[in-house]
Amino acid sequence: MKKLTCYFVMLTLALLIIAIPSTDAQEKLTIAWAQWDPANYLDELSKDFTAETGIEVDLVQISWSHFQDQVFTAFVGKSDRYDIVIGDSQWLGRNSVGGHYIDLTDWINENIDVDSIYATAMEAFAEYPKGSGKYWALPAEVDANGFLYRTDLFEAENEKAAFKEKYGYELAPPKTYAELRDIAEFFTRPPDLYGVAPWYSKEYDGITMGFQQVMWSYGGSYGDPETYKVDGHINSDDVVKALEYYKSLKAFSPPDSPNYYWAETLDAYKAGKVAMAMDYFAFFPGVVSSDQNPNYYDKTGFFVSPAGPKGHAISIGGQGMSISAYSKNQEIAKQYLKWFMQKPVQEKWAQLGGFTPHEEVLQSEVFLNATPFNRAFAASFPYLRDFWAVPEYAELLAACQTGWNQVIIGSKSAKEALDEIARKHEAIFEDAGYYD
Amino acid sequence: MRSARFSRGFSDYQIKMAFIMPTMILLILMNIFPLLWSLYLSFHRYKASMPNRPAKFIGVQNYARLLTDPEIWGYFQTTAYFVVLAVITQFIIGFGLALLLNREFRYKGVVTTLILLPMMLSPVVVGLFWRFIFASDASGLVNYLLSSLLSESIGWTTDPKIAMLAVVIVDTWMWSPFMMLISLAGLSAIPKYLYEAADVDRASRWFKFRWITLPLVSPLLLIALLFRTMDAFKMFDIVYVLTREGGPGTVTETVSMNLYRLAFRNYNTGKACAMAYLLLIIIVALSNIYVKQLNKVRGEA
Repeated sequence: MKKLTCYFVMLTLALLIIAIPSTDAQEKLTIAWAQWDPANYLDELSKDFTAETGIEVDLVQISWSHFQDQVFTAFVGKSDRYDIVIGDSQWLGRNSVGGHYIDLTDWINENIDVDSIYATAMEAFAEYPKGSGKYWALPAEVDANGFLYRTDLFEAENEKAAFKEKYGYELAPPKTYAELRDIAEFFTRPPDLYGVAPWYSKEYDGITMGFQQVMWSYGGSYGDPETYKVDGHINSDDVVKALEYYKSLKAFSPPDSPNYYWAETLDAYKAGKVAMAMDYFAFFPGVVSSDQNPNYYDKTGFFVSPAGPKGHAISIGGQGMSISAYSKNQEIAKQYLKWFMQKPVQEKWAQLGGFTPHEEVLQSEVFLNATPFNRAFAASFPYLRDFWAVPEYAELLAACQTGWNQVIIGSKSAKEALDEIARKHEAIFEDAGYYD
Repeated sequence: MRSARFSRGFSDYQIKMAFIMPTMILLILMNIFPLLWSLYLSFHRYKASMPNRPAKFIGVQNYARLLTDPEIWGYFQTTAYFVVLAVITQFIIGFGLALLLNREFRYKGVVTTLILLPMMLSPVVVGLFWRFIFASDASGLVNYLLSSLLSESIGWTTDPKIAMLAVVIVDTWMWSPFMMLISLAGLSAIPKYLYEAADVDRASRWFKFRWITLPLVSPLLLIALLFRTMDAFKMFDIVYVLTREGGPGTVTETVSMNLYRLAFRNYNTGKACAMAYLLLIIIVALSNIYVKQLNKVRGEA
C-alpha cells in the first residue's frame, strides 16, 4: 500500500509540474486569423514588430471551414487563447454586444489617425452600430468581390469578330451584368468550357456574398437599417429580377457550380473550365503565380464587379483586427494595432500583398502598379457594401443561404424564396426585440 | 494515530471507493451535469455567445416553437428517410457479405480486413474524398466511368433528386462493414452440429438458413441495427462535408446538421438544447422498440 501511495504522490507531482505554466520572460502576442495568403504576409510583417519591440507574435492560422467555430468557441469559453482576432465584418455586432471584443472608441480617437483610413473600411470593419462612432476594431485586410477572365479568349481575333457579329458590340471585360451574361453565354461550349463561375454554394456565406451585390445593383436591399423592416425590401420586384438574373447564369456555368464558393471558382478557372470567374481579390496572387496557375498565369485579366440597371455595389470582403476581452495582453495588443496602422508599415503591408485600408497608400501609384489586379481592387472601393452586422447575422445569413440556394437548384421560385426569407428575417428581428 | 492508521492500510471499502470515484466524478462532470444543464437551458431563452445577457425562463416555448415549425418537421422527415434507406441498404449488404465470408477460404483474413477499412476512416475524410469521386463533371471518378453510358454527367451532390442517394451511398460504403462484422460474429457463433444434424435430415439450404441461421443470428443483427439506427439518426459529418452543410437547398439537411447550425452558428443555445432533447427522446423511443424486439427474439430463440 505504501508503494501505491508513493506512486500516487509521484503522479500528482508530475501532473502539477505539467500544469504549471512556463514562466517565459519574453512577451508574446497571439493573433487568430484564417489560413490564407494574407495571413502569411502578416506573419512576415510581424517580424518587424518583434524586431522593434522584442515582443513575439504568434499568428495562429485556422482553416476557413473552422475559423468562425474555433474563434467563437474560444470566446464562449472566455479563453485567453487569442489576444487579437482578425474577424469578419459581420462578427462585429455579435462580438461587441456579447462583450467578446473590447471597446476601442476612446483609444482609437486618441491614438489612430482615423482620417487616413478609408471611411468605407472603417465603417464596415470597425464601427458598430453603424454611424454610432463606436469602434471595436481596425481594418486589417480590406477585400472585395471581383472577377478574373481569360485574356487569351477575350483577345483572340476570331472570338472578337464572332462576338461582335452575334451581340453587336465589342468583346471586352463586362461593365454591366447584362454584358456579363452575354459574354458568359458566348463562351459556353460544354463540356470543356463554360462562360462564368459565380458563387452558388450554401456553405457559410457563399451564395450571399455572390448574389447580394447583384441584388443591390438591381436596386434591392436587405431592409431598412433604421426600422429593421424587411418585407417589401428583400422580396421587392427588383430583388426578384436580380435573383432570376443570378439563376440564369447557371446555364453558363459548369455542372457542379451549385457547390461553388471561392475555392471552387478558383479551381474551375485554373483548370480552364471557365472564361470568367468570381472571387475575392485576396485570392488573386495565386492566379498570377506560375507555380499555382501554370496554364493561365500570364493569360489572366481582372475586372471590377459589374454594375446593374439601378446602381453599382460590390460585396465587401476582408477582416478587421479586434482585441479579445479575455486577453491578458490587451496593452501589447493595442501597441501592435498602433504599430500596424502606421503609414510605413501599411506601405510594407501593401508591398507584401496585403490589401491596405490606408487611403493614401491605397491610391499611390506604387500600390496600383504592384500587381496586375490592384487597380481593379482600388476601383472597387467606392462601391463596397456589407451584409447585416447585427448580433443575429448568422441566423439572417442562414435564411439567405438556404433560400437563394433553393432558387438556384430549382426547388423554389425566386418570389417564393424571397417571401420566405423576408418572413424569417422579420421573425428573427422580432424575436431579438428590434421592433419593441 | 494517523501514522498507525496509515500503516494498517486502507479498508476494502476505501480502496473500492478510490477506484470508483475518479470514474464517478468524470461521469458526473462530463455526462450527468451537461445533461441536466442542457435540460435547464432548454426551458430558457439563452445564447451562449451573449454571456452578458442572462438566461430568461420561457417555459416550454422552445419545444412548442420547434414542434410547430414545419421546417423542423421537414428535417426530421429528411433524417427518417435517410435512416430507413441507409440502414436497410447497409443491413442487406453487410449481412450478405457476412454470409459470403462465413466459410474458410484462402486470404480470408486479408479480405475481411480490407472490407473493414472504410469503417476505420474518419467520416470527414470519407466525405472529402467522396466529394471528389462524386464531382459533377468528368473530373469526378463516377461520372468519368459513366461518361460512356450517359450523355450528361450526374450532379451527385448538386441535383436535389440525387443528393440524398449520394449521402446514402457514402454512408453505406462506410458502415456496411460494421453490419458485416457483427453479423459475422453471430454467424460464427452458431454451433456446427446444428447444421450437421440438418444435413443428416437432408434439410435444404433455405430450411437451414430460415430455421437455424436466422433465428440464432437475429439477436446480434438486431443489436447491429440498433447501433446503426442510433448512429444514422445523428448523421452530421458526411452531410456537412459532402453536400456542403445539407445542400443542395435543404435536401440533405438532417436534424443534427440543423442542430449544429442552431447551436454553433446561430448560438441559439436554449432552442438547440430543446432540439437535442427532442432528438434524444426519439432515439430512446426507437432504441426501446429494438430492445423489446430483441428480448422477444431471444425468448423465441
